[in-house]
Amino acid sequence: MTETLDGISVVLLYAAMGLYAVAFIAFTLDLARRGAARTAVESGAERIAAARAAGAAGAAGAASRPGILATLERPAPFGPERNRESPSLRVAVVLTVVGWLLHLGATVLRGVAGARVPWANMYEFAMTGTLLITAVFLGLLLRRDLRFLGAGITGLVVLMLGVATVGFRVDVVPLPPALQSYWLVLHVLVAILGTAFFTIGFALSVVQLLQARRDADPTSRLRLPAAVPDAGALENAAYRVVIVGFIFWTFTLIAGAIWAEHAWGRYWGWDTKEVWTFIIWVVFAGYIHARATRGWRGSRSAWLAIVGYSAVLFNFGIVNVFFKGLHAYSGL
Amino acid sequence: MSRSSELARPADHYDSDGEAPVGPRLGPIGWLRFAWRQLTSMRTALLLLLLLAIAAVPGSLVPQRSSDPNGVSQYRIDHPDLFPVIDALQGFDVYTSVWFSSIYLLLFVSLIGCVLPRTAHHWRALRARPPRTPARLQRMEHHTVADADGSAEEVLERAEGVLRRARYRTERYGGSISAERGYLRETGNLVFHASLVGILFAVAVGGSIGYSGQKIVVEGEPFVNYVAGYDSFTRGRLVTDGSLDPYRITLDELDVVYERDNPNAVGQAIDYTASVSVRQPGEDESQPARIKVNEPLRIDGTDVYLLGNGYAPRLTVRSPDGDVVFSGAVPFLPQDAFLFSTGIVKVPDGLEEQLGMIGLLYPTPVTLPSGALASGFPDLDDPLLSFNVYEGDLGLDDGVPTSVYTLDTEDLTQIAGRGTDVDSVDLRLGETIDLPDGLGTITLDGISRYASLEIHSDPARGWVLVFAILVLAGLLTSLFVPRRRMWVKATEEDGRVRVELAGLARGDDPGLGTAVQELAETVTGGRSATTT
Ligand code: HEM
Repeated sequence: MTETLDGISVVLLYAAMGLYAVAFIAFTLDLARRGAARTAVESGAERIAAARAAGAAGAAGAASRPGILATLERPAPFGPERNRESPSLRVAVVLTVVGWLLHLGATVLRGVAGARVPWANMYEFAMTGTLLITAVFLGLLLRRDLRFLGAGITGLVVLMLGVATVGFRVDVVPLPPALQSYWLVLHVLVAILGTAFFTIGFALSVVQLLQARRDADPTSRLRLPAAVPDAGALENAAYRVVIVGFIFWTFTLIAGAIWAEHAWGRYWGWDTKEVWTFIIWVVFAGYIHARATRGWRGSRSAWLAIVGYSAVLFNFGIVNVFFKGLHAYSGL
Repeated sequence: MSRSSELARPADHYDSDGEAPVGPRLGPIGWLRFAWRQLTSMRTALLLLLLLAIAAVPGSLVPQRSSDPNGVSQYRIDHPDLFPVIDALQGFDVYTSVWFSSIYLLLFVSLIGCVLPRTAHHWRALRARPPRTPARLQRMEHHTVADADGSAEEVLERAEGVLRRARYRTERYGGSISAERGYLRETGNLVFHASLVGILFAVAVGGSIGYSGQKIVVEGEPFVNYVAGYDSFTRGRLVTDGSLDPYRITLDELDVVYERDNPNAVGQAIDYTASVSVRQPGEDESQPARIKVNEPLRIDGTDVYLLGNGYAPRLTVRSPDGDVVFSGAVPFLPQDAFLFSTGIVKVPDGLEEQLGMIGLLYPTPVTLPSGALASGFPDLDDPLLSFNVYEGDLGLDDGVPTSVYTLDTEDLTQIAGRGTDVDSVDLRLGETIDLPDGLGTITLDGISRYASLEIHSDPARGWVLVFAILVLAGLLTSLFVPRRRMWVKATEEDGRVRVELAGLARGDDPGLGTAVQELAETVTGGRSATTT
């Protein structure tokens, strides 16, 4: 029974990966097309948008005191005018949603197969993690148009799932006694949620840096579609996503300490995994501070978000596999 | 800080109108003030935070004495050249090293220097009136003009009511209202930072009044909580021998359940339950209790954890005359998932020669295709205990402490087992076998399980938790409560009321524009407003 369910879960997961991959292509086509369109003839809508942006910048400039880099204008709702939407963009979103449903099925079946939460080893962590990354991305789409991130997010998710199925895949085995705790449910789930928000923040920060580089050099051949907001709006969006991730991460840290106290008799022991969770927390605290420090807003703080996210990936992909410690739960 | 309800921020905070620290004025006081301003600036805090993150990395690359002492010993063997260098740099004690400690202490000095003045300032701001309405509201980031019916006074009264209900603090300045809300944001921020200091303190206090120790307890044997009763023991500076409460724990049984059905996990342990009897000092009766992984036993402010387990063969060694020269349970250390274990038996007295034996225990012996023996399951199923036997000088009389888990074979001669002509001494349950050279006999009376218990006392632990929860609460309020100012100005023009509204955010506040619009609509009764 266990093996049958797990077998179905794997098939569903492969199907989801296939759909995500096609969605990635569709998102990329859309970016390429709109990037090209921009360099050709500026459409009327874009000219109006540009003029409006210039006006807003002027007004904001007048209100700002010296030294303030914040975008004082309330960021315009992201995204292109509805009627300029390319069909491939709509196809991409639909494919992502369907892929996500299959992915959800795969994850739930894996949990049922093991009769427990599906995040007890690296394979399952990656599966649930990418599920939540996509979920957070799709959820945010309901509130604002972040579809320009679609290629980045689906690409990343396919890559991670590929690594997980090839490198981390393990059969369903019972939980060792140390993991039999409701803290596994809470601590790890919240860690995954935090990771998902950091992922979106990372993607936004990368686009922010690209945008800032393009702004700094008008002759740059870097092409970003007009639908991509300006660097300041991207920075604000990234910040808002990252602080949600940071709250989850803080909770992860505290819950982890409580669990460690239950299982190992000390709440903090500088075990390798604890060290990296701490490092990530401190880097993102640094990011939040940087956003409040003159001379550190903008690209510099974006780099910190990227460094922080790299530490998250390192913590998951490298520390789990190659570092020795008590948190030996990779199942490898 | 011109107005009393402004936020106090380090000078290089993006939202501060203070000057960045400039070059020092002459004189020692000037220098001190300059240094203090530098230390408590946002930039310094940021750099120290990043430095702290970097400084924490080496401790995950090199084994640490605190968490992995065996790893450190192994490192010394594997990298004899590198070891002294890293050791001199305190690389095996990163988190208590001088350099790591100085970074976080500086950070906390900076934090306190930053938070104290802000707390005083916030205290005053909490009781100050919202600031005077600026003359030119159109310069604010969110600004709206609308028309309303009635008199200016009516409009202002309506606005005041709405703002008050939205928990703004309001103040009339002539024909305008100045309102401010979200003081909780700053409170949260201060609570957050202060609680970080609280955690640091609680951890430090816990470190000096707490203790922890490990003890291996074989089934049927007792353990008494006093310093010399432990195999290893560490304590804080303020812990005396008398601080320990001498209760007694007897391990009645350690029950282990192994997976047998799932083909991918045969032999994996799925449950450990230690049944114990606890006797409080001064009492005659023992109380039964249970310890599981993740379910420590709390006794008198200490916690008893079940951290490990293994087998302890019960052995008796007799001299050729039949006198018992050794008797007892010897804990063996597990070497693999199926509890193939090794252990050392030392018989210093009573025989012609001192005797040392290295034992290999196969709980469920199986023969591998290579012909070698292994254990095929962690439970006991006709177990086999095989000894390599040595005689000579055990080195126990030199006064140098030796571990019970190692046998120094330098001054010993091997007389049986692999590498000699004599077969190893192989025992099954209940068997008695002659030792080589007519030294005597050895009997395997049985095999018990042992539990490795860890006992902890950390009276400050609750405080750490309290501060951690405050950190989280402070963080939530400070990141999500918007701090904003609103102004409403009403002037009567040609029988109409011209209402001007403006909002200003302190810190990240994505909802401000909407809030200004909504206020405009309620105040003017839904009349279309024009935003600039
Ligand atoms: C252990 C060191 C520190 C950590 C982990 C830390 C962490 C944080 C975090 C997470 C925030 C955002 C949440 C909030 O506003 O409450 C924050 C904000 C802030 N911190 Fe710290 N902090 C530290 C030290 C300092 C120091 C030394 C200063 C003074 C220079 C400082 C000044 C501030 C200020 C002014 C803000 C508000 C930023 C804003 O306006 O958005 N912090 N800090």
